[in-house]
Order: sequence, then structure tokens, then C-alpha cells
Amino acid sequence: MSAPVSGTTNKPKEGYQSIHFKTRAHDRLNDAKVQRAMRNFNLAAARTRGIVDLENFEDIRTAAAAIRDRSLAHLDVWLERFEREATRRGTVVHWAESHDDINRIVIEIAQRTGVRKVIKSKSMVSEESHLNAALEGAGLKVVETDLGEYIVQLAGETPSHIIAPAIHKTRDDVADLFHDHHGTPRKTDPRELTMEARKFLREHFLTGEMGITGANFLIAETGSTLIVTNEGNGRMTTTMPRIHVAITGIEKVLGTLEDAACILRLLTRSATGQSISNYLTFNTGPKRDGDADGPEEMHVIIVDGGRSRLLGTDMQEALRCIRCGACMNHCPVYQNIGGHAYGWVYPGPIGSVLTPNYIGIENAIDLPNAATLCNQCGVVCPVKIPLPDLMRKLREKQVDRGLRPWQERVGLKVWAWMAKRPAAYALFTRIAARIGRRMGGAQGLIHKLPGNGWTEGRDIAAPEGKTFRELYAQRRRS
Amino acid sequence: MSARDSILARIRTARGAGAAATEAERAAVEARIAARTPGTRQAVAFELVPRFIEQCERMASTVDRVATDADVPAAVARYLQDKDLPRQAAAWPAIAALDWTATGVQVEGRPARGDDLVGITGVHLAVAETGTLMLLSSPTTHATTSLLPETHIAIVPTARIVRAMEEAWVQTRSELGELPRAVNFVSGPSRTADIEGILQIGAHGPFRVHVIVVG
Ligand code: SF4
Repeated sequence: MSAPVSGTTNKPKEGYQSIHFKTRAHDRLNDAKVQRAMRNFNLAAARTRGIVDLENFEDIRTAAAAIRDRSLAHLDVWLERFEREATRRGTVVHWAESHDDINRIVIEIAQRTGVRKVIKSKSMVSEESHLNAALEGAGLKVVETDLGEYIVQLAGETPSHIIAPAIHKTRDDVADLFHDHHGTPRKTDPRELTMEARKFLREHFLTGEMGITGANFLIAETGSTLIVTNEGNGRMTTTMPRIHVAITGIEKVLGTLEDAACILRLLTRSATGQSISNYLTFNTGPKRDGDADGPEEMHVIIVDGGRSRLLGTDMQEALRCIRCGACMNHCPVYQNIGGHAYGWVYPGPIGSVLTPNYIGIENAIDLPNAATLCNQCGVVCPVKIPLPDLMRKLREKQVDRGLRPWQERVGLKVWAWMAKRPAAYALFTRIAARIGRRMGGAQGLIHKLPGNGWTEGRDIAAPEGKTFRELYAQRRRS
Repeated sequence: MSARDSILARIRTARGAGAAATEAERAAVEARIAARTPGTRQAVAFELVPRFIEQCERMASTVDRVATDADVPAAVARYLQDKDLPRQAAAWPAIAALDWTATGVQVEGRPARGDDLVGITGVHLAVAETGTLMLLSSPTTHATTSLLPETHIAIVPTARIVRAMEEAWVQTRSELGELPRAVNFVSGPSRTADIEGILQIGAHGPFRVHVIVVG
């Protein structure tokens, strides 16, 4: 299998924050506010409650994984079918190789149609391309309308979770932001804060000229985009402005409306535990003759941005992802360090797989290692992505490419040498066990191992002084 | 090469296929679409109307039931009174054409505006499995009516309730041929939990969804 990773150099590229995982994770662990905020959400428990009424949940998971695999197996043919049908219904289909292409295409549409104000429903692909900054650079006003995204935009930050973007914020943070940006009296009640956001954003919905959304799926049968929301901002964004632009990845195509029906049984249950989201919006082309509402133009931008590199490799299963967030909600590492530590758009287990594949393995060296491989994520993933396996394979690729730190490489070489020489191995472990015992002292705990960060936050239990082999030999003799 | 062609070519290379999609591949995709195989669905059996009502309530909609269309205006008036809401609404033209004179509710058949407080719609179909309203956009079934007002009242004839989304698609294809600009599946009032994970009913869409089942 060829390595599905970009780049020929082992040097991390400037600008990707994922390379600073350790420092970022450390900062988050020491940030009491982030730690408190993260505890407010319990999406994992919500999922558990949500799936009980689907007694054949496992069968539906198997079916959903098969549906996604079918799309991926003939991806180009499905995409062409989507394009043909969408075009026939009046949608303009664009293709973006890179993140820069996305931004260029959106800016071109905005300039051609004289748009000055853009309202956005949630789009993670637009986070990949830093679309907001690009649009602002081109002189456009951009307003995020998902409440979480709006909060994060006011704070000048990025989302820390794919379905709960402001999971790291407390109500006090939101109170300060709204007070500063809206110029209203400070309030901390979540209800009042939500109503204030409704009031301010309603104004934008009525005056936005371009609506940008993601698309949870593209439907090849009908040339439709599907967006799944709870707040209603997705509906607003596709109904009120005169231009609608949907941005999504090449992997998001489904064959039929029936395929969508099957997958939707799992998506929201896995995400928030609801049996269905409040709004499922299927958009098929612009406003029709006689329609009183809807956009005059509809555009779909289909983005590669590194995705095709996973196809046909041992990483392909990751492209099944339906972005429910269950893997991060169940990840003990994510739950402690939060989404920003991962340093790029997608956090948690799926982020640890996608980020190195999309932006280059050398730019996200710690991510596949930021997991205990406990397989909580693999168990809950509604499309059965074997996330721990994929992380393990990425670790192997790091070793193959010589990307691991020299201490680790030398250490493993020494260990390999000894493992092949039982006498040397026995001698070394005998010495090490005795030194360890000394270091452990009366309590039997080692407080500091030289040159190793592991003991910075905890002690390690000292060896008893004899190795297993010695004890075994002793027992055989007696 | 255009971005489109190079993306498609890269996908084909990755999956070990020839340079361009063959007729056989296209035919296989068309056959798959034509078959429209339903995916695995919820296994339990249920009766349509009771299940629909139960699931509406689970999604925080309120439900009333009346015998005929002629009873609808009085049911709407009762609801507005109970909730202390204005007796004024934007509605789909077919709903506005009902006889509202005796109710004192002023119903206008037009798209909703940003300042309308009550919107009244019918449905194309309703889905029992999840308590969901299926709304289609058209010149006479405006998308804004169920979106902009704080209160959305939906009139659902029992004959339009189907089991699951799969049945909704089959029936829509046979009745309409192709999809309209927008198909919205609405399940209860809008909501968010983006501040500290605390559920708030009423985000950007309606605060209240009231379903009047007819028949
Ligand atoms: S990898 Fe699976 S669990 Fe994680 S977001 Fe994607 S679909 Fe959900």
C-alpha cells in the first residue's frame, strides 16, 4: 500500500498549528475555564439515550457503512451524475482542487453579483480554507449564523468541536462577548443570551445577499444538497439571500433519497441523541417561476483539498465520515484537552486521522499518537470507521518515513538489538529492575525519570527488584 | 486540464479505473438509482396517526385533533387564545381561503415577513416515524411561512401521514415527478444548545410548532 500522505519533505510547514499539539494540549489542560466549560456538555450520554429506540441500530450501522462504501467505490461516476442532474435543475457546479480555489470561486461569484454582505450557516470545509478571512480581505462583511459559530466568530477564534463549535466557552465568556459587540447590558442567562443572538442575527438574515452553507450530503439522483440543522439558520441562509453557495467535499455524495433516509436515522442520534434534527433541508436549484422565495442563483462547490489522496489506500474508510462528532464526544483525550489542541479544523479521533492525511503527515506528527487506542470511537462511529486501526497505521507510516524523534528511533533500535539477544536482554533488565527499586525508595514510587516527560504529572510504580524471568526461574527451582 | 477533470481523473487513478467513466459504469449507477433500494429501517410496527402524534410531542410540538377542515379555523383561534398570541397570521393561500369570519382571526394568504408573529401552513406529507412535517416550496406554499414567524401552525390531514421518509419519497416522486426548489422536513420548534449545552427551544426559526391533525 502506498503512503496516502502528502509532501515529500519531512519538515513541517509554517502555519499549521497541528504541529504544536503538545504545547497546545498542555495549555488547555491548565486552563481551568476550558476544563469547566467542557464538562457542561454531555453529548455522549445524550447519544446513549437517543439510540435506545432503534432496536436494530447495529443493522442500520452496517447498512450505512455499505451506503458510504458504495459511493466511494465509484466516486467519480456518482459525482458526474450529481453534476449532470444539478446542472439540469439550474445549479452551477464548481470544482475546487485546493483551499485557495474555494476562496477564489466564492469571491468571484460575490464580485460578479455585487454582493457585500454574506451570511453563513455552518461549513467545516470553509474553515479548512479560512474563507471568512479571505472574504473579509476582499471587502465583504461575513456573519456566522449558527449560534456557536457566531460566538466563536465574535471571539476571533475557530470552532473547537464540529457540531458544538463553542463547547469551550462558558456563559460568562458569551456574556462578555455580546456585551462588547452588541453594546447591550451584560446578561448571563443562556435563554436571554440566545434571544439576544436571535434578535441581532434576524437583522442579518433579512439583509444578507449571499448565503453560504456546507452540505451534509449531495444527492446524485436529484442533484440536491442536504443540510441538517437544529436552529433554522440553514433554512434562513438558503431561503432569504439572493445567492446560495454550498461548499462540500467530494466524498459527500449519496446515490438516492433512500440512501439519505437510512443515514439520517443515525446522524442526529449519534450527534445529539435526537431521533431527527429539527430541520432537514433539501435544496434543488434556484427559485422557480412564480416562487415567492428562494435564491436567484444556486452554486455548489465540490472540494478535493486532499481528500482524493485517501482513495484507494488503507485510509479510504475515513472518507465514510458523516461528521456526527460521536468519536470526539467519546474520546477520553478530546474530553480533556478540547478541540483547539488538535490545531486544525477537525479534532478528536477523526481529526487525528484526517488532519495528517489532508495537510501532510509531517505537519501533524503528534495527532495519531494522541489516543490511547481504547476504541470507544470505533464502537460509536455510525459508519463503522476503524479509527484506532487508522491511527495505528499512521503511526507506522511515521516510523517508515523516519519522522519519529531521534530518542525514540535510537531507543527502539537498542531495544530491537537486545530483544534478539536473550542473554543481553536478561542482563539489562536485571540491572534496570534493581536501579528502579533503589530509585523507588521506601514508598516504591519513582518521582522523576531522567529525560522523560511522563513523570512530570505523576509518579511511576518502581519495580520490585527482580525481573519476571528471575522470579519464574526461582519458582521452577522450588 | 480543468479542476473538474483533474479531480475526476485522480479519483479514477486512485481506484484503478481507466481514463474516463465507461457506459457500463454509468449504466450501473443508473440502475442503482432506478432500483431505489430502501436502506435498513426501524423494525418496530406502529399505527400511523398515534405514532405521529406521540413523536410530534417528543420533538416539543403541541398537537390538537379535529374532525374536518371546517373545524380548523376554530381550532386555530382556540390555540392563539390559549397562548395569548396575536389573532393575526400569514398563511398559505389555500389555508387563508378557509372560512375565518366567525373566529376573529385575520389570516392573509401571502409569504411571511420578518415581523409576522404567526404563520399557518399545510403539509405535503407528514412522517409518523419521527413526528415530522414535510413542506415543499412552490408559488402557493411559501417557505417563509414556516420559518420567520415565532409560531408555526401546521394543518395535517390524516390521509397525508406516511410511515417513514422512504414512503414520503416514493409518494413525492409519483405525485410530482421531480423535487421542487426546497424540501424541508420540520420536526418541532427550532432549538440550540450552544451555550453551555443547555437546551433552548426557539433559536432562529419558530419557538412553537402547533400541529392540527384533521380526520
Ligand atoms: S468518524 Fe464516525 S463518529 Fe467520528 S464524526 Fe465521523 S462518522 Fe462521526
